[in-house]
Amino acid sequence: MKKAMAGVAAMLIAGAAAAGEANQIVVDGSTTVGPIAKAFAEHYMQKHPEVNITVSESGSGNGAKSLINAACDVATMSRPMKNSEKKAAQDAGILPIEHVVAMDGIAVVVNNRNPVADLTTAQIRDIYTGKIRRWSELGGPDEPVVAISRDTNSGTYECFETLVMDQQKMASPVEYTGSNGAIRQRVMSTPGAVGYVGLAFTEGVKTVTVNGIEATPETVVSREYPIARPLYMYTSGRPAADSPLADYVGLAATEDGKRIIEATGFVALP
Amino acid sequence: MDGSAGRIRAAPSLLLSRGARRRQRLAADLGQLFLLGVTSLSALAVLAIFFFIARDAVPFFRLEGFREFFTSPRWYPSAAEPEFGALAIFAGSGLVTLGAALVAVPVGIAAAVCLSDVLPFAARQVVKPVVEMLAAIPSVAYGFFALVVLAPLLQRSGGTVLAAAAWIIGAPVAGLLAFILADLGADHAPEPLQKRIRLGLLLVLGGAAATGLWAASRALAGLEISSGTNTLNVSLVLGIMALPTVVSVSEDALQAVGRELREGSYALGATRAETTLRTVLPAARSGIAAAAILGVMRAVGETMVVWMASGNAAQIPSPWYNLLAPVRTLTATIAGDMGEADHVTGSARYHVLFAMALCLLVFSFVCNLASEWVLHRSCRKAGG
Repeated sequence: MKKAMAGVAAMLIAGAAAAGEANQIVVDGSTTVGPIAKAFAEHYMQKHPEVNITVSESGSGNGAKSLINAACDVATMSRPMKNSEKKAAQDAGILPIEHVVAMDGIAVVVNNRNPVADLTTAQIRDIYTGKIRRWSELGGPDEPVVAISRDTNSGTYECFETLVMDQQKMASPVEYTGSNGAIRQRVMSTPGAVGYVGLAFTEGVKTVTVNGIEATPETVVSREYPIARPLYMYTSGRPAADSPLADYVGLAATEDGKRIIEATGFVALP
Repeated sequence: MDGSAGRIRAAPSLLLSRGARRRQRLAADLGQLFLLGVTSLSALAVLAIFFFIARDAVPFFRLEGFREFFTSPRWYPSAAEPEFGALAIFAGSGLVTLGAALVAVPVGIAAAVCLSDVLPFAARQVVKPVVEMLAAIPSVAYGFFALVVLAPLLQRSGGTVLAAAAWIIGAPVAGLLAFILADLGADHAPEPLQKRIRLGLLLVLGGAAATGLWAASRALAGLEISSGTNTLNVSLVLGIMALPTVVSVSEDALQAVGRELREGSYALGATRAETTLRTVLPAARSGIAAAAILGVMRAVGETMVVWMASGNAAQIPSPWYNLLAPVRTLTATIAGDMGEADHVTGSARYHVLFAMALCLLVFSFVCNLASEWVLHRSCRKAGG
């Protein structure tokens, strides 16, 4: 039934998009890329008031799904499309084209009162696999570690799993939350908490260095920082040159676009 | 019912012509048919929901079998070699529901008794709508409160909060009990001593309750809570959310007992406490049981609050009654995993969510039937 409903919704939205010609761009996907997509949309609509861009954030997986169902024109994703998704797109007669718009570092954050300043990738992994259970094992106070993860539904989770967890499974007491903001909120208010968030969500919490390297724009672009990843926008086929869609996705390479990316807390590609 | 309808139909026949009568009956029949259609439409919708969920749940059991799902606590649906053990999630749902019931049922029934038999009518007219207003607050607002206010509060000063809560909940309940017990105890004493015995009993019972509460609050104040998004947090919030249902339904049941029974009880010389405890409550017990079941259903089906504030850790707390550990519930798992699981339609990861939904549906169906049965029994008893 859900499928059927999604199908109907997809047809309705596709119909609306077709009716609006090229002046309607529907963006859906990652909550991480969302702020960039929204800022791009604002910037673009200010210059081209005749174009209407709507941005929703339902997660990378949902973005890919929407693109496959032709429910959106641009899928924002914080991870590359999986083979299974590419295959589903192919079956639906859609060719997803990848555009790297920016770089994102996943910062490991702890409560402001926590004295621990550096963690190695192995230590972070041990925290999430449940081998390290108290901060005293890491040179902190004798407090239990409250490990917080993103939902398995999120691109940030998959990125963290790939870059940090090394095929190991998270321990059962690890808590799961639905968004970067929720993790920040939990870490801000919980003395023993550790979490991981996009670089843009570290306000109010303490970012630890990983393997001695600080999570900064420079170390993220140079990939020196171990937990860094590109952010993507996917379009269905290559957008026609000079179409609003091409301009919108191409904003990332312009000076304005780079300024916007920096302003939203991400790292622009040089 | 049939008799009265017959009378109504018979009366106009004295006045109306045969044609008018026929027209009227036709209109009535058409109206009935229409209502029947509308009613069966909603019944059909329920059946359709059952069918569609079961249709997507069956492939999971065909792919993965029953054993792992119901017996393993290991929940790793997104791993390279996925594991679909939902035992911990069932336990989480059960714990949260139990906690909510522990909050909502005693408080709700006490409040209902208070509203129907203790408070003056004017106060009842004000208090009941306020309690029912709790049901109008959207669940996401409750969730936000649980996450942003209650969780940090529990972490910062959990022990103190728990101790205070023990007093806030315990003191009125203990006070009420002391009054009722003192009343009952004094009844058996000879007339001239009644007042004094009543006062003495009240003091003794009240003192005992206060000492107990003091000891309990001392023990609770020593607790430290490392993570505020836990069973306790959501149990409290879910309990508050289930409260209006419990209060409203059991208050209706208490009201339905009627004046005659109460007056009969008073006429036989019973006190107010005896009337409440021995006449009104037993007479209304089916309705109260139904209220408790409805409250439990409200708690087990709630999604937003548990997703935001239960911590979503797929573990069975150790010991199992440890309410300070984060847990994961069925509803939160379905809500949280649907986005990613959906695009790989046909995979076990997609169907496992429907298997969970089916379990939830069966549970609330059974609960609903139970409450219907209980209410039906009470109606029959009241009627004859």
